[in-house]
Parts: sequence; structure tokens; C-alpha cells
Amino acid sequence: MSDAFLKVENLSRRYPAPKGDEALTVFEQVNFTVQKGEFVCCIGHSGCGKSTILNILAGLDQASAGAVIMDGREVAGPSLDRGVIFQNHSLLPWKSALRNVTFAVAARWRGWSKQKVLEHSLRYLELVGLKGAEARKPAQLSGGMRQRVGIARAFAIQPKLLLMDEPFGALDALTRGTIQEELIQIWDKSGQTVFMITHDVDEAILLADKIVLMTNGPDARIAEIVEVTLPRPRDRTKIIHQPAYYAIRNHLVEFLVERSKTFRSQLPAGYDPKSPPLLRPGLDTTAVAEAVAAARIASRN
Amino acid sequence: MLSLPLRAAILSVVLLLVTLGAWELANQAPTVAKEMTEYEKLTGGAGASQEAQLPTPSQIMAHAGKELRNPFYDKGPNDKGIGLQLLYSIGRVLLGYFFAAALAIPIGFVIGMSPLWQKALDPFIQVLKPISPLAWMPLALFVIKDSVASSVFVIFICSIWPMLINTAFGVATVRRDYINVARTLELGRVRTALTVIFPAAAPTILTGMRISIGISWLVIVAAEMLVGGTGVGYYVWNEWNNLNLLDSYDRRDRHAARSNAGAGAALGAVRGLDLMNIHRKGRKG
Repeated sequence: MSDAFLKVENLSRRYPAPKGDEALTVFEQVNFTVQKGEFVCCIGHSGCGKSTILNILAGLDQASAGAVIMDGREVAGPSLDRGVIFQNHSLLPWKSALRNVTFAVAARWRGWSKQKVLEHSLRYLELVGLKGAEARKPAQLSGGMRQRVGIARAFAIQPKLLLMDEPFGALDALTRGTIQEELIQIWDKSGQTVFMITHDVDEAILLADKIVLMTNGPDARIAEIVEVTLPRPRDRTKIIHQPAYYAIRNHLVEFLVERSKTFRSQLPAGYDPKSPPLLRPGLDTTAVAEAVAAARIASRN
Repeated sequence: MLSLPLRAAILSVVLLLVTLGAWELANQAPTVAKEMTEYEKLTGGAGASQEAQLPTPSQIMAHAGKELRNPFYDKGPNDKGIGLQLLYSIGRVLLGYFFAAALAIPIGFVIGMSPLWQKALDPFIQVLKPISPLAWMPLALFVIKDSVASSVFVIFICSIWPMLINTAFGVATVRRDYINVARTLELGRVRTALTVIFPAAAPTILTGMRISIGISWLVIVAAEMLVGGTGVGYYVWNEWNNLNLLDSYDRRDRHAARSNAGAGAALGAVRGLDLMNIHRKGRKG
């Protein structure tokens, strides 16, 4: 659609060959769009170039071919309009949690008074549940708390596009669940457009509107885009009881286990990399019924 | 069971007492075994029976006490109190050191941030760095023509290298993540350098500064032995020369040579401790 907020057109990334061999193509012909206010996840195996796509979107890396157009303007470099939450929190270790956030806020709004910057930062730290821990340095915070500070910092600058690179990958499963819920709440209120990379299927279904599935690298490409048709607001404990949940989940797992490898050799009919197919396994009544039946059998045994 | 630091302290004291005790016992003045010959009487009694001995710790303490009681006396160019000499040396070291820091840290920054400058300046650094500081002395004396300024220059030229190289290394190896944070926040190059790169590289820069101050102190003592005038190095060397020229001097001067070396070592230790504490505070703060 021509009025999409973020358009990725024919993106490719190649690394030059070391000794006259062929250049290594990480991914090529990547096309997808993101509407304003959407939450899009990208899933794929390691080496398919997910992080590279994110770095190109953030402007930290250059694509070998293709373009990224955000809000009508081409992305040429890093910008405050595109906030990034890195995989390892990337908090500046000599600054306290509060100072890390105020550092970003002051960079965003240069004209604000110190008091205003402080209040703004404290509000976001409270949103992520870190009230009382603002004065601590990153070394004195747990992994989950550090990632929360990273989230607060990214949300506090209110970017147009929020990019998250496996933000919860380094956390244990319990902390991950809690922070995911907090993220949903913050995102609900802020209405931000988000592009997130993850390898956790359940996380993607919980958080995303659309999930972009990538084949295995090298020479990876987008296989399909899955729309998560579960209604919002989503609750981590209740979502698994919805009938469509396992239909979507099975589809994703089956892709990751099987089709991400074989996709290139068995291209589906009519596959066009310029517009990868948009699938809705949650609305496919056969798939849903099968998934529900399988779950009922499993719970009986 | 006593705590580890306390036990270590006790062990240190015991070792010190044992060493001093052995030193003391080994250097008792020999009793005169036989009558001095006529020749020995004429030449002032120096001879095999009264060989110059290493002063014992008790003698050193006594002399040190006397010197320290009035450290700032000034009875002319050849006879100044040890406190005064120390101040001269410290002044020269600090002057040379701060000039070196003022030059090394900004240049190190540029080298660390710019691969172009790093490769361009590398040949000069590799050639100039290994030149012994005292080898600079004749050149400095010839060009600068002033002995004090020359020693300050020698301090400058020897303490600049560790700071330069450590700063460049610290700046070049700042974690990519921090730089990416600065890029996504659209900070300019200068603001990135001051607010992100400099604090990230600070521990390495401080290490370079610690190494430099140690080298500076070594070099000033040696440089002052060469050019003299005032200062701790000159003091030590002067007392040594006085020993040789006039062996009718009493043992006071021999003690002076030893206690000055000791003072130099003690000052170096204090200096090192100081910088180490700043370093530690810098890490926590």
C-alpha cells in the first residue's frame, strides 16, 4: 500500500567475498510494510539476517540494495525518530538508571529544562516498575531491571518507530513473562509502531499483529507473513485457551522446523518476493479445529 | 582467627624487623684490632681497619630524624634541606607531566577515533617511543640551554608515550554498543566524544597516567643526577660525590645517601597509592 508508514523495498545485504569467492548474501528481496501503530515481529533461525534487517532499519547499517522508506522519507542513517532497544541493554555503565534515561530525553528535547527532563524520565521509569531503583548503576541491577531501563529509555524519547532486537533473549522465562505484559501495557497507551525481532514463538503471538517469517540464511528471504487474529487486549495466561492460539502456533512451529529449510527448493505456486503471502491460520477453521482437538487429547493423557 | 589483612600486616612487620635486625647486626663497627701505622695516621686514619661500612638502620634513623626535623633549611647551593629538594623535584615532575597529559590525551583521542590519523602517526610514535629519556638530555640541553627546562622537557618526552598509547587504545576499543546508542540519539561527534567515549575510555586513560607518573619519577631522579642544581636526584648524587671526594667527612653524609634513596622510594609509593585511589574511585563513580 502506498500509504504504509514503513516500507521495506527489495532489501538485500551482501558481504564482499574474502578471496575472490562469491559474495555472501545474507538475505535478498526482502519486501514488507508496516502500518502506523502496528506491532510487527520477525521470526527466523539464526543467520537469516533478522538483526541485520533491524540494523538497516535503524540506520546503523547500510543495505547493499533496496530502500527503507519511513513516513515518506528514505532512511539514510540513525535518527531519534527510530528508537532502538538492543539485545544487551547497552546502558552506559557509569550512569545511573535515571541518568541513562535523562541522557536520552535531553538528547531528544534539547530545549527542555532539567526539571522537565527529570520528571519525564521518572514517569517512564515508574511505568516499567523501577520506582525506587533510579539511583542505581546498571551493575547494581538485575538483568530484567536493566532491560526495563532500556525499554524506559526507548519509550521515553517517543520515537515514531521502535525497533527491538531480541530484547528478552537474555532473560529467564519468568522475568520475560512479566516484562512482556508490561510492554503490552506501555505499548497500548503509547500507540507506537514497533518492529521486534524474536525467536520465541509464544512471545510473537502474544505481542504482535503480524509476524514476518524468514527462511534460513544465507540467501534468506521472507517466506510469508502471518496475521495474528487473536483479539486485544491479550493476556498471557488466558490467550492459550483461545481456540485460534494453537492453530497459529502450530503453523509457526511447523514453518520453523520444516519449511524454513525447504522453502527455497519448494517454492509455493505464485510466490512473489515483492509481496509475500499474508496468511491467517487463526481464521482457518480446519486448522483451528484440528489444533483444539489435539490439545484436548493431550490434556486427557 | 585474625582477618587476612591483619595477618598480612603482622607478617610484613615481622619481615621488616628481621631484615633490619640482620642489617644492624651485620654492620656493627669493628673494634680496632691493632695500632694504626704512621702512614695511616697521616692520611686521616682511613684504612682496612676503618673501611667504609653500610650505615646501620639505627644510624639511618638517627640521621633521618635530624634531617626531617628541619627539612627546609637553605645554607647555600650545596646544602639544602631534604624537604626543599623534594619540592623542587616534585615541581619539575608535575610540570612535565601535566604538559605531557595536555598533549597526550587529546592526540590519543584523535588517534583512537580516526584510523587515518592512527596509521599516519604510527611510524613517528614507533620510532620516538623507544628512545631512552636520558638520551634526549644532550639534545634538550643544546636546544633549550637551561638545565631545569631540559629536565622538565625530558620528563615530558618520557611520560607522554604511555598516556598517548593508552588513551588511543581506550578510545579505539570503546564498545560498539555505546557508540550505537550515541548514534541513535543523534549526538554529534563532539558530544559523543565527551559524553560517551571519554567516560568509557577513562579507566584505560587513567592506567596510562599511572604508568606515566611512575616513569616520570624514575626519570627525574636520573635527570637531576645529570644536570643537578637542586632536587632529590641531585641530592643523592651530590652526597655520593661528597663521600668520594672528602672521606674525612663523618658518617652523616653516608647516611644521607641511603636515607635519600629511601625517601625517593617512599615518595614514589605514596604517589602510586594516590593515583590508585583515584583510579578506584573513578571506577566506582
